Amino acid sequence: MFNLFALLVVFGAIGVVVSKNVVHGAMSLLVSLLGVTGLFVLLDAYLLAFVLLLVYAGAVVALFLFIVMLLDTHGDQRPGVKHLPLIASVITGALVVVGAASFIMHARLPEPILANVPVVGDSLKHYAYQLFTTYLLPVQVIGFLLLIAMIGVIVLSRKHEEAAS
Amino acid sequence: MISVSLNSYIALSVILFALGFLGVLIRRNTIVIFMCLELMLIASTIALVAFSRYNGTLDGNVFVFFILTVAAAEVAVGLAIIVALFRRRQTIQVDALNSLKD
Repeated sequence: MFNLFALLVVFGAIGVVVSKNVVHGAMSLLVSLLGVTGLFVLLDAYLLAFVLLLVYAGAVVALFLFIVMLLDTHGDQRPGVKHLPLIASVITGALVVVGAASFIMHARLPEPILANVPVVGDSLKHYAYQLFTTYLLPVQVIGFLLLIAMIGVIVLSRKHEEAAS
Repeated sequence: MISVSLNSYIALSVILFALGFLGVLIRRNTIVIFMCLELMLIASTIALVAFSRYNGTLDGNVFVFFILTVAAAEVAVGLAIIVALFRRRQTIQVDALNSLKD
């Protein structure tokens, strides 16, 4: 099951990177997110899988598609990427993978057996307890962040008639 | 259930992060760059949830909650910026957005 979901994630990501059409890219992002949701279920984080599906697949991808339809940038196609930036970018991405791979290979992490580790994240009660005791301050900060983001979006999307005149 | 090692999850997370990074570097469309940023955020959440599960704690999962919230706010603000940009410049290609450079 892990291999199946990992393939979904990786091929979705490749689709996002290489697709010419932005709508196809958004659909590939959706496939990738479905794979990540499956991985979260495999890791016993059922609530996070549900929230990810709801927030990302339901809201974020829909918002992307909405903006793509709204802007209608089809007459805006530029010629493809130049060779030098492409080569440099591939080398940089490979360096990220190599660096992290060396970290994984040389890390002396104790390797727990998954069956022996107790599942703590399987009930809503645990999440609620953590959110309202240990992480109470971050929750409030996140609430303010959402408020500020909402106000910012309203200000940004307002038409600047008075600024133009 | 077949036990998958922690390294597999971390390796997948790294590959996904590198793909998103590559997309940010080589793509020219601002919306696609945003999608690749989302891929990088998702890659970090995979690593957090995997570490959290393999350590038997819940802190990583709670942190992923906050990451999802921040990502949703970021997408809303970023797309609003893109719409405002398109209204003013009639393009969203990063090649054309170089008025600070000139």
